[in-house]
Amino acid sequence: MRLASRGRIDRSVSLPFSFDGKLLTGHPGDTLASALLANDIRLMGRSFKYHRPRGVMTAGSEEPNALMEIGSGAAMVPNVRATVQELHEGLEAHSQNRWPSLSADLLACNDLLAPFLGAGFYYKTFMWPRSFWERLYEPAIRHAAGPGRLTTDPDPARHEKAFAHCDLLVIGAGPAGLMAALVAGEAGVDVILADESSEPGGRLLTEQERVGGKPAADWVAATLARLAQMDNVRIMSRTTVAGAYDGGVYAAHERVSEHLGARSKDLPLDCFWRIATRAAVLAAGAIERPIAFPDNDRPGIMMAGALRSYVNRYGVSPGRKAALFACNDDAHRTARDLQEAGMEIAGVIDPRSELPKGDYPVFSEARVVGTRGRHGLRQVQVQSASGTTSLAADVLAISGGWNPSLHLSCHMDGRPRWDETIEAFVPRPGAVPGLFAAGAANGVFDTSGCLSEGKRAAGEALATLGVAAPDWLLPEAENQAGSGKTLWLVEGRARAWLDFQNDVTAKDVKGAAQEGYDSVEYMKRYTTQGMAPDQGKSSNVNALAILADATGRSIAATGTTIYRPPYAPLPIGALGAGAQGKGFAPERFTPSHAACLARGAPMIEAGLWYRPSYFPAPGETTWRESCDREVRMVRSAVGICDVSTLGKIELQGPDVGLFLDFVYANGFSRLKPGRVRYGITLREDGHVMDDGTTARLSENHWVMTTTTAAAGQVMAHLEMVQQCFLPRARLRFTSTTDSWAQFAIAGPRALEVLNTVLDNPLRPEQFPFMACGAVRVGGVEARLFRISFSGEMAFELAVPTRVGASLWRLLLAQAEGFGGGPYGMEALNVLRIEKGLLTHAEMHGRTTAFDLGLQKMLSRKKDFIGRSASERPGLCDEGREQLVGLISRSREIGLPAGAHLFAPDAAPERINDQGYVTSSAWSPTLERHIALGFLRQGRARHGERLRLVDHLRGVDVACDVCDPVFFDPEGGRMR
Amino acid sequence: MLIPCPLCGARDLREFTPKGAAVTLHRPDVGAGLDAWNDYLHLRDNPAGPTRELWWHGSGCGAWLVVERNTLTHEVSGARLAEEEAGA
Repeated sequence: MRLASRGRIDRSVSLPFSFDGKLLTGHPGDTLASALLANDIRLMGRSFKYHRPRGVMTAGSEEPNALMEIGSGAAMVPNVRATVQELHEGLEAHSQNRWPSLSADLLACNDLLAPFLGAGFYYKTFMWPRSFWERLYEPAIRHAAGPGRLTTDPDPARHEKAFAHCDLLVIGAGPAGLMAALVAGEAGVDVILADESSEPGGRLLTEQERVGGKPAADWVAATLARLAQMDNVRIMSRTTVAGAYDGGVYAAHERVSEHLGARSKDLPLDCFWRIATRAAVLAAGAIERPIAFPDNDRPGIMMAGALRSYVNRYGVSPGRKAALFACNDDAHRTARDLQEAGMEIAGVIDPRSELPKGDYPVFSEARVVGTRGRHGLRQVQVQSASGTTSLAADVLAISGGWNPSLHLSCHMDGRPRWDETIEAFVPRPGAVPGLFAAGAANGVFDTSGCLSEGKRAAGEALATLGVAAPDWLLPEAENQAGSGKTLWLVEGRARAWLDFQNDVTAKDVKGAAQEGYDSVEYMKRYTTQGMAPDQGKSSNVNALAILADATGRSIAATGTTIYRPPYAPLPIGALGAGAQGKGFAPERFTPSHAACLARGAPMIEAGLWYRPSYFPAPGETTWRESCDREVRMVRSAVGICDVSTLGKIELQGPDVGLFLDFVYANGFSRLKPGRVRYGITLREDGHVMDDGTTARLSENHWVMTTTTAAAGQVMAHLEMVQQCFLPRARLRFTSTTDSWAQFAIAGPRALEVLNTVLDNPLRPEQFPFMACGAVRVGGVEARLFRISFSGEMAFELAVPTRVGASLWRLLLAQAEGFGGGPYGMEALNVLRIEKGLLTHAEMHGRTTAFDLGLQKMLSRKKDFIGRSASERPGLCDEGREQLVGLISRSREIGLPAGAHLFAPDAAPERINDQGYVTSSAWSPTLERHIALGFLRQGRARHGERLRLVDHLRGVDVACDVCDPVFFDPEGGRMR
Repeated sequence: MLIPCPLCGARDLREFTPKGAAVTLHRPDVGAGLDAWNDYLHLRDNPAGPTRELWWHGSGCGAWLVVERNTLTHEVSGARLAEEEAGA
């Protein structure tokens, strides 16, 4: 029921929303929970296992019961806490875990089976027959139990991620946090004040208190106005600090627009923040502790502090007649607030004997021993010294004390400390370096104490930053913490609930202890206490108090399970913001990309690059037709291929030669300017890392090329070699991969095509094989390398990337005049396999120069990376698998990569394995299926016949072993 | 976790790549023998406490750093350029 006055809601504006299809209204300032209560809806969900009717229990992010599905279709979000979801126009909410409807949930029959469904029943019951688990038991249990459903559609919401840096992060904007931010802000350091709620203020917004001589909410407003004037203070509302990490990094989740509904189309839904700070103040407040008593879970039973929130902050009365059950003075404070708001008080029930007086019935030395009401509370049974009485009430407020919200202080493995005087866990100082707990989070519960704690913690944090805290006069405020004692459990025949979200009862915890699960970690896993999305925020301490009692230990000796990030549930979408689709794998395009697409070339990924597979000609229907034509075109005329993706590293300085001698296994320092050399690099463990060519453009200027795949790795490697091993060498280098467009012109007519684009045409003897030099193309400075990856006469022409696309068009037009054209990755691969040239299929990280037949390249005259290890006997043993060529005996059956090699008469089993295939092609040049692979002692076995088997693809074919260079072994064509 | 790059200041962990213990800097001579090389390549301490590691600031300045880190607390107590350590 909505109260006529009170609260921080705007009664002049009505917001329509729906719950389970029913149209309702609320006001700006409402949460979904307060709006539902204002509409007299108390039944908000069904429990996880027993489908018990449940209502809202809290007014904060610790809410265990009121979980909703918000929105519809792909945008639906399940398990949203109605206490956190702000109301907006058009909000669509649905209850969860009920069938067919919330009030007539047929699965509530589980509740009748409760004697058989206690903790551990899954493990005991569904063991036989084994195969039934997957097919019958698990699907049935999943239908009957569980929180909200996930939509299986892709998430359409826009999530964002961001980074922030500050000197001091203040977590929580209640009295302690506001005071800490004021002091630190005044000291001039960079402050972020993050608060979970829609407006800062914490409990000052929900209590009838005075601070500094004015209503608490006015003091909050004045303080916020003052903070807003400070350029060095940022206030982040709706921001939950969810995790504390090494080095002062905190994770935070900001709800950017989920409270705006349809008006939010230009904003992301939420934002995941990483906040790097030099110090932090934990002022996250405290969570009220329930009392476990029989049937303590009916809608209408809620925390006393939450009830005050609904009355004072939201102007809502969750019922007409309230009873209160508490073992501290908070209940009496609640009773006064309720009376002021016009509610009737059925009675205050308190186990203590000396109680404050009030203008309402007070039951001392009393307990609540039972409740009635099927879909909502109707009656409370009270047992006191004078006997048992029944009170009519539709609201029961409970308070068993307060648990400091110390979760973040445990995120780096620190355990909290049990404080006997307040009977609660408090943060251990220094558990997270640079984090200082203050106020209720530190076990100080009165407002005056919180203000002074905020000042103290800010001062300590500032001291670590070497900044003096300004002198600050604290405002006057209430200093009554509300004395109390603890009461964990009221015994009775009916079930007393602890973890409302996972349906764990006091009996389950005792049962765990009886069955020997007496450590808190075992009890947790046996009963699932604290393992639901709320992570036992309200219930964990009660559960371990009951466990301590059942095992005859103190709570301090029983200990607690550790709190881990995140503090509150975070959407996976926010954690992964920016890392979906292209954000996960950005695309790199070559200069010829658009032209390749225009020719209909299908693109293939090479790392992040996209490269053309082949260029289909009119009438061609398969990739093989196109590929075979392109290979024949290169062998007979000329082909053009974009090789801009190769890694290019430019090196300058007098010591480049010396540096390359150390990086490459073969020698480079004696390479003459104007010449190119092929080289291999090893890892220090003696295996081949990469290969490529390096050109010496002039005395002190070199260009190294790497394979496309290894470009990044080689760059990191060069940086390491220079900085860690040759720090005094005089050279500098940088990656220029993206600065140069580079095209291969390959084939017998390559020089003719090249000469059509060069400003000064070349004669062949002017530019022999493995030469390099500067040329000009249409007035643009270019570089020319005579190198070949196809075995044909070939050039690679490099121009600045900006003119790459035009040079590609020009080269293609000229090549077509000579019977040539473009060729793609498929043809490139066939051409190099025919020549036995290597890629990372062969240099796969477990092969040595010896395995690859390149052992003669290993220099004996100098030290180089990998030299010592490459000489280890095991890495050059004749019995190793060595690179060979393979030719299929069949014209129809190819030799797929990944197939294994066996002796012709051997069974194709692992134990008889002789080697494997790494690269495979149909060679249009030889008109045979060929392959490269590794074969045990392969170099000595040329001419041998083998059996090739691929169990996966069902291939079994005979092949002949040969030299890995299938075509033009003398290399006459490229020279 | 933040690493104090001597060139860039305190930077986020994700800009860096680790390369294991900083003993990599002490590369044996080419003739040091198989045992010395086996030790250098394969044998590593697994300290519970302070450790010195090589990290590459690949998404930053490209510097290789010797980072002092405590494996028990994850506390980073310092970082210096590997090239200084290697005797530039």
